[in-house]
Amino acid sequence: MGEATPAEMVVNVQGGETSVGTVHDSERAYQRVRRDSGIQGQTGDTRARMEPMIEIRKLSLKYGEKLALEDISLDIPKNQVTAFIGPSGCGKTTLLRCLNRLNDLIDGVTISGTIRIGGIDINDPNLETTELRKRVGMVFQKSNPFPKTIYDNVAYGPRLQGMHNRSGLDEAVEKALRAAALWDEVYDRLHESALSLSGGQQQRLCIARAIAVEPEVLLMDEPCSALDPIATAKIEELIADLKARYTIVIVTHNMQQAARVSDYTAFLYLGRLVEYDLTKQLFVKPSKKQTEDYITGRFG
Amino acid sequence: MRRFWKSGDPFIWLTGGALAFSLVMVAGLVFLVMVNGLGFFWPSRIARLTLTDGKQLIGQIVEREKIPQPGASSEAPARYRNKVKVGNRDLYGADFVWIDETNIARNDWPAEAVLIERQEWGNLYGFIKAVREEDRVVAQGPVEGWQVLQARLPGAISTFKGIRRIEKQEIGAINYAQEKIRLRIKKLALGGQEGSPEVARLQKELETWAAKYREQEARLALLRQSSRYTLVVLAAGDKEKELPLSQIVRAYRPNSMGPLAKSGMYLSKVWEFVGGEPRESNTEGGVFPAIFGTIMMVMIMSLFVTPLGVLAAFYLREYAKQGPFVSTVRIAVNNLAGVPSIVFGVFGVGFFIYFVGGNIDRLFYPEALPTPTFGTGGILWASLTLALLTVPVVIVATEEGLAAIPGGMREASLALGATKFETTWRVVLPTVMPSILTGLILAMARAAGEVAPLMITGVVKLAPALPIDSFWPFLHLERKFMHLGFHIYDVGFQSPNVDAARPMVYTTALLLLLIVLILNLAAILVRNRLRKKYASATF
Repeated sequence: MGEATPAEMVVNVQGGETSVGTVHDSERAYQRVRRDSGIQGQTGDTRARMEPMIEIRKLSLKYGEKLALEDISLDIPKNQVTAFIGPSGCGKTTLLRCLNRLNDLIDGVTISGTIRIGGIDINDPNLETTELRKRVGMVFQKSNPFPKTIYDNVAYGPRLQGMHNRSGLDEAVEKALRAAALWDEVYDRLHESALSLSGGQQQRLCIARAIAVEPEVLLMDEPCSALDPIATAKIEELIADLKARYTIVIVTHNMQQAARVSDYTAFLYLGRLVEYDLTKQLFVKPSKKQTEDYITGRFG
Repeated sequence: MRRFWKSGDPFIWLTGGALAFSLVMVAGLVFLVMVNGLGFFWPSRIARLTLTDGKQLIGQIVEREKIPQPGASSEAPARYRNKVKVGNRDLYGADFVWIDETNIARNDWPAEAVLIERQEWGNLYGFIKAVREEDRVVAQGPVEGWQVLQARLPGAISTFKGIRRIEKQEIGAINYAQEKIRLRIKKLALGGQEGSPEVARLQKELETWAAKYREQEARLALLRQSSRYTLVVLAAGDKEKELPLSQIVRAYRPNSMGPLAKSGMYLSKVWEFVGGEPRESNTEGGVFPAIFGTIMMVMIMSLFVTPLGVLAAFYLREYAKQGPFVSTVRIAVNNLAGVPSIVFGVFGVGFFIYFVGGNIDRLFYPEALPTPTFGTGGILWASLTLALLTVPVVIVATEEGLAAIPGGMREASLALGATKFETTWRVVLPTVMPSILTGLILAMARAAGEVAPLMITGVVKLAPALPIDSFWPFLHLERKFMHLGFHIYDVGFQSPNVDAARPMVYTTALLLLLIVLILNLAAILVRNRLRKKYASATF
């Protein structure tokens, strides 16, 4: 955490939050967030209602001997969009891939610290990664539809879960494609190859494929980096719609995008969490000099 | 000059030149084979040559070449000689003679000259003298004789075919059943049950089969008697030959045939070649058993090589930890493709035939010993040997395909909650399918053209029966088989009558090329369908 100790990070929160937290549990959760997370800012309203979906505590990650993430602690709120920003190589994608344990695939990765999603420790050796990944969907930087039909792409997840009856699959596919705002464009060619779609459509198909599994969390790794502005706008619109049902974590190197789509933003630099705050707050009035330098384009 | 080099034009010329060179070489080879092979079936004219010494020859001129005159001055006029196919091997001893052109006094093409293809002894050239029914002359002279021959020949041929069918199928079935019963009796005897009622019952059954055999024999004798017509042919050199009509495969007079009739004859001969059985130690007749054997061997090999190669490649690329050991294995696999094929053949003999086959015989067919069942060359062992030979091709192609699958595809599947196996089965395997088929195409082409390892693992010059027939269990994997590649070698180099066999070598080579082409086209078609299904489009 660099120069910031946890004690410093809990900035004085103005009154009123106790009256909002009516449910005792959520109140306690909030207190915990306040106590050891890195959320900063002045307006307490949003945070008061905030229920953390993902809790990351003292997370460090090494690729062999190289430290990629160092002592990261942050809480990601439920049904909100949280953006990770930072220069290339700062560890934002690595952090994202910790959340569905996709880093397990890489040899020589060691992780310390805890990550809880919905209260469950995801690094628990007894937890099946496949179960975790059903709860935590992911959309990748490069759209990667399977070389199958559009229908089969979306139905892939439900089929893995053992759904095989035709009408149930049809329904799930339509629901996911509608949720991904792709249904109107493809409903008449569901059985054509997914690779015949345009880049933006392919990326929305990947979103549909991810939400067909009905996850709780949706991770997005620079989902628009290969898309043109129109396709990007569509995806961003979609993210705003999906927020109501999913907790979304998005990695982006595009600060305007982070400002447009996210509610919370975390700025990472050289594997450390520099600042984490409400997006409005972070972009308007960053508390750290490094953050300000980065968002004003002085480096990175 | 530098600019010219930089512009890249020389490189384009170089690449184009290399391609053109390869194409010319391949096209030249195919052209040579076609020219030499396809003309073989054409019914060319029969010449009657009168030599300066008064002798006469009847036959087809098949070749003309310059006589080499070492030491002669370059002004000396070139002299030529003709190679004449005179046939009548039983009369003259040799099918071909070389005639110096200066020795030919006269050359004409008599319309009545007749060419008779026989079941034995090759072609007969000459003039029809008479057609006889036992001792009675039915027709006299070339014209009348030809008409009567035309009328009688179809009946004789169908009688001959009937005899063949009885011999092969009915009597074959009886022999097969008898052999089975004998083996069962022997098996019971081996088990110490010589006196059991079962043996007595089997003995009785054997007798009923023997009765059936005698019945068929009687039928055969009757049929043989029914073909009483004989043809008397006057061959060159005033020699006479009398042969029964049932010995004739076909008879025709090429000198009085129009182009249409010749084309019809051409097609009928091509059909006989493709669909018929070989005659005269493979130098005549068809190559159907060899075609069948080749295709079947390639199919069985594909059944073995595809799963083996694909699974090995999957382990190497998907599961094994990449490192020096895996790299070594990979290099070893690639080098396996360079091992001489005869070495694989020797391995096939030693391991598959003697070890595996020998043990199968000892365990499951002890009653047939010392006659080996699986402990000798057969289509199964030949296919397995070739599967080993071609497995590196499939491994390499599959591995290349696996390496080309973007890692994102696997991650996407894993991120959806799929296990590694589900990812491999549902995403990786379908995606890599075209590469697998590419490997299979190469493997099939290699296997179809391979000869050396087959010679010692189950290919024979003449197989008595096809590996598939109507007797249970229909598919006889232990049987020996014929193969086009070996057929080429056998006919071309092991035949007692090389001159007569040479066109067969070319036509068989052409046929082999055609079969490889068809097998490959089939696989390419499947691959393209798969590719189309997953047609990739750019953004």
